[in-house]
Amino acid sequence: MTARQGAGAGSTSTGSTTASTSTSTADRAARPAAVPAGGRRRRAPLTSRWRTRLEIAFFVTPALALLALFVVVPVLQAGHYSLYKWNGLGPMDNFVGLANYVQALGDDVFTGALRHNLTIIVLSIVVQLPLGLAIALLLNRNMWGRTALRVIIFVPYVLAEVVAGVVWFMLLQPGGVVDALFAAVGLERYTQLWLGNPDVALYTVMFVLTWKYLGLAVILFLAGLQGVPPDLHEAAQIDGASWWQVQRKITVPLLGPTIRTWGFLSMIGSLQLFDMVWILTKGGPANSTMTMATYLISRGTERSQYGYGSAVAVLLFAFSLVLALLYQLFILRRDNSDGAHTPSSEKVKR
Amino acid sequence: MSATTTAAPTPAVAPPGARAPRARRRRSGPNAGGTPLVYLAALVVAAMTLGPVLYAVLGGFRSNAQLANDPVALPDPWVLSNYTDVLQSSQFWQLALNSSVIALVTTAIVSVFGVMAAYPLARYAFKGRDALFMVFTLGLLFPLTVAIIPLFLMVRDLNLSNTFWGVALPQAAFALPMTVVILRPFLRALPKELEEAAMLDGTSRVGFFWRILLPLSGPALVTVGVLAFVGSWNAYLLPLLVLNDPAAQTLPLGVATFSSEHAQDTAGVLAFTSLAMIPALVFFLAMQKRIVNGLQGAVKG
Repeated sequence: MTARQGAGAGSTSTGSTTASTSTSTADRAARPAAVPAGGRRRRAPLTSRWRTRLEIAFFVTPALALLALFVVVPVLQAGHYSLYKWNGLGPMDNFVGLANYVQALGDDVFTGALRHNLTIIVLSIVVQLPLGLAIALLLNRNMWGRTALRVIIFVPYVLAEVVAGVVWFMLLQPGGVVDALFAAVGLERYTQLWLGNPDVALYTVMFVLTWKYLGLAVILFLAGLQGVPPDLHEAAQIDGASWWQVQRKITVPLLGPTIRTWGFLSMIGSLQLFDMVWILTKGGPANSTMTMATYLISRGTERSQYGYGSAVAVLLFAFSLVLALLYQLFILRRDNSDGAHTPSSEKVKR
Repeated sequence: MSATTTAAPTPAVAPPGARAPRARRRRSGPNAGGTPLVYLAALVVAAMTLGPVLYAVLGGFRSNAQLANDPVALPDPWVLSNYTDVLQSSQFWQLALNSSVIALVTTAIVSVFGVMAAYPLARYAFKGRDALFMVFTLGLLFPLTVAIIPLFLMVRDLNLSNTFWGVALPQAAFALPMTVVILRPFLRALPKELEEAAMLDGTSRVGFFWRILLPLSGPALVTVGVLAFVGSWNAYLLPLLVLNDPAAQTLPLGVATFSSEHAQDTAGVLAFTSLAMIPALVFFLAMQKRIVNGLQGAVKG
């Protein structure tokens, strides 16, 4: 899921070239028909138009059909189901209107789950962003073993969340490695039930998520750093700027668009969070790590409340959409307005 | 980034042989080489990142008694039975086979349907093209989580539960929007002259697609395919709901099941989990550049 939103944003910028290419394609199509080149290549305009339509249909239909059947239809069905009380068996005839929504929004477990999702978004920005930035700046230096380190930092991201979750479950269990490490540095009194203490469990999950997803942030930031012209650094250095000043006043501001893109991906991912939580805690203890997605699965499928679960799904989607739009409106818009990739002097000064 | 020597102030006078290494070391730019502090930080990062993975792999070589006595020691003596037990169980191989089949089917569907859909969207001029492309970009908005309950019921009603189609088809459908969005600019960037030349030689557009465009889009297809493969290989939510039959399950499901069923056998679980990591890690190391480039490219647009 991760990279898709950014790609979507990028595609809009290519939209401006559409007009020019389309006219030239039309020229191209017309030319062979106009030249009486004889035989089969000469086509009447009408047949060629139908032929083109057929070709387009041939190429696009399989993807569209798959998309319609397995994405569009289920999404619409979720909206439909959400208006019924239904256990998935028998006829869906108990229409309850918006009662499922009212029930979800009035349920402490659901609102708690929403709060946990929002907490995770905030913690990602407060913890993962500076950490990822620091490591990216570190790896951008000309140091020995840099390439190896880039590969290493990305390893957790490649592992399945389930696999990573099981390993961390082992590390975090009482008497496990984490406790042993705490004891080794004299912090024994702070050891506790990392996943069993309702006050701590969410932060433990957050820690594991940071371990898992830091590599993505680093890789994206490194990609952004490639776009920072080195002569800017050199110029600043000649003017007597320290390393720290260069990073703070030049590199990080120029990395702005990348950081904002990462923020978007991280936000959307945080809202969908399921696998890691399901493996580590199943939303417990005492719902302290429940997310909207684990709530959805535990109510929807484990208890066969398909109507209610669908209402939760629609709410999850609605929250994602609203946050995405707000983010687009207030944060990503800057990138569209002031030319993200041209290092304007105004930006450098800031 | 590799052309570091040019930045040094004195290289022009230095003899060519000595130049590169010395200039590199002397370079004092903002991205200059490591100080001990930098290397220390790098070491900490590497240890934090790899530590859990190494713990799992090494823990698989220990006995449960060893693990209980000292959670962080090295294996002493090295115990091979945890790993050999897993490798001799037909269950593990069944899971790996299921995962491979599902991931390959998903990847094949995504790549073929994706490049087919991206072709007219990139290189045909027709009314409604932008609207059609919009359909695909809007598909990005809908996460699997939102549709999971109807999907689960639909797969059940289509009698696809516990089959690899039941996982591969929805997975491919949800991966398609991103695939089309990544492929379209790539196909669009192929030079017009190629298409014109092919047409003059009497190739139809369909022929151009098969004979010229498809071979040329290899790199983009590999990127898209790798993303689809890794996504499918690591997927959990959809397989969790669709595959109840242990014989049909994938590796992530198997890892979760095994770890809860053998909760007391920590060493056994670590061995099982470590072996389940290997395919993803090997695949990643082989495709490392592609995965990273794919992600970076996707974000840059």
